[in-house]
Amino acid sequence: MLYRETGQYKTSYSADQAMFPILQDRVGLVLILIVAFVGVPMVATQYTYTGILIPFLILALAAIGLNLLTGYCGQVSLGTGGFMAVGAYAAYNLVIRVPDINILLAIFLGGGISALVGVLFGLPSLRIKGFYLAVATLAAQFFLDWLFIRIKWFSNYAPNANAPDLVIFGVSFSSPLERYLFVLTIVCFMALLAKNLVRSRVGRAWMAVRDMDIAAEIIGIRLLHTKLLAFAVSSFYCGVAGALWAFVHLGAWEPLTFDVNRSFQVLFMVIIGGLGSILGSILGAAFIFAIPILINQVPATFGMPISTALAAHLEGMIFGSLIIFFLIAEPHGFARLWQIGKEKLRLWPFPH
Amino acid sequence: MAFFFEVVLGGLLAGVLYSLVALGFVLIFKASGVFNFAQGAMVLFAALTLVRLMGWVPFWIAFPITCVVMIALAFIIERVVLRPLVNQEGIILFMATLGIAFFLEGFGQTVWGSDIYTLDLGIPKDPMFILESVFDGGLLVDKLDVFAAAVAGALVVGLALFFQKTKVGLALRAVADDHQAAQSIGVPLNYIWLVVWSAAGIVALVAGMVWGAKLGVQFSIALVALKALPVLILGGFTSVPGAIIGGLIIGMGEKISEVYLGPIIGGGIENWFAYMLALIFLLFRPQGLFGDKIIERV
Repeated sequence: MLYRETGQYKTSYSADQAMFPILQDRVGLVLILIVAFVGVPMVATQYTYTGILIPFLILALAAIGLNLLTGYCGQVSLGTGGFMAVGAYAAYNLVIRVPDINILLAIFLGGGISALVGVLFGLPSLRIKGFYLAVATLAAQFFLDWLFIRIKWFSNYAPNANAPDLVIFGVSFSSPLERYLFVLTIVCFMALLAKNLVRSRVGRAWMAVRDMDIAAEIIGIRLLHTKLLAFAVSSFYCGVAGALWAFVHLGAWEPLTFDVNRSFQVLFMVIIGGLGSILGSILGAAFIFAIPILINQVPATFGMPISTALAAHLEGMIFGSLIIFFLIAEPHGFARLWQIGKEKLRLWPFPH
Repeated sequence: MAFFFEVVLGGLLAGVLYSLVALGFVLIFKASGVFNFAQGAMVLFAALTLVRLMGWVPFWIAFPITCVVMIALAFIIERVVLRPLVNQEGIILFMATLGIAFFLEGFGQTVWGSDIYTLDLGIPKDPMFILESVFDGGLLVDKLDVFAAAVAGALVVGLALFFQKTKVGLALRAVADDHQAAQSIGVPLNYIWLVVWSAAGIVALVAGMVWGAKLGVQFSIALVALKALPVLILGGFTSVPGAIIGGLIIGMGEKISEVYLGPIIGGGIENWFAYMLALIFLLFRPQGLFGDKIIERV
């Protein structure tokens, strides 16, 4: 009843092609944005920003990137952490080696370099498919891990460097609130871009390749072009996420933060959120990121003293079971749940 | 020259150890198309169970008990995880096995503790020299590695016989070939999966024994799964001999690169070298050396 598009006529081509054709969606989106930009800053504490919101937003960005590649183009990648590391270290090297570079520019150039590396490691995807490709992308992960730990030039011969102050166009982003707004703006902008991209010719070509690449080739889609573009765009998103992770979240460079577990974490976000959905990536990121935090809070709330080792093991167990539970309950993730919910809302509260 | 052969031999023997882990992957992928990332966690779990049981009872009692535990585990996985996810896409099943891996790693260490345990199988660990008549001073090998190679050989022969000569093995091959066709001629799919996961569990136990004796039973054993993956793509996901040959190639390549290439470009390259090696092979044979040919039709 509330969520019914009856009476919303599309009288022009632009209305027909609108990104959110239903009025309720537009209202909802604006409400969410108002909450994110105005509501949250009114209630959030220091810890909420640095411990939850900022890392969640950055990982959501990485998840969107991976979803473009895995969910839309069908190429499973386990190299997300590696591409994030490329973005982070490229941005770092730009900042220390190019005098007076704008940090925002450095972050996006970091993403650009990550895109180039992504294309390089995407080349095998033309020959290798499915799980063989997934394992092959682990080569990228381990190679890049090694590169940033062993080749000292990338870390400027310092074991862990601190990030410079975040000053962009004369505006300093130093407090957690300012950093949160900075990340939020970038993530919103890039999510919107991704949402538009997947509706375009490029996005449709990706989906054709995902569904069956031979058939896509026959209808005239250039596989080389399409797959490599997916790798490039995906790695760009991951690279920007990595650069933000280092500049804004950690405030330092630490190769271990981009290890293979990060890749798995982002892949979990994409799968639990829903393959082939931008909204799903964000929901999945929220879920996967929040679960360990919640699990950690539980024993403290009930006043149960347990050792850190045991807590870590229990966390693994609960996390693993929840993953299995969600996969069984809804293998297509939160995005599908939301779709079902929308269908139901059209009729609610009437039975027919 | 003797040094070179020593390196090669050491690599081959290390490769056998990777093959042991890769075998478990192959068994499951062949019969159910599931890319089982939990194999490493199963190795850890089996080794932990065995080593803690050996604290109370001798090996010949602890080993069968651990086998029973692994079969029970296979039963639970089949019931709780795989059955509800029947007919889902490969990536969903892969994610589910990642969930199993998280669970097993946590569960094993919660129940059995997360210290490092030494597993003593009664095999002398001291190195020995072979082929002293051929090379000056002979070649240095680890007795444990030779033992592992012998175990792996026996396991492969056993599995080959099981697949080729028994009725269950025939059913397994039928399922591997085509799920639906096998089901339609009356092969019980659930039962077959139970058998396969049990077999993979027991292979994991053997791998856990050997790795545990070598490194001590500890969390890092679960990470050998990452070592087994390049072996797997090199040999092909669906081939038992591929797992062995792939293991030998990877082991050898890794040792040679470590000794001859490592000093030039800096240490620690063993983490990615195997993957790169496998990647180059894959560019020429996308289905691995011995994998089934991938035929796609529109």
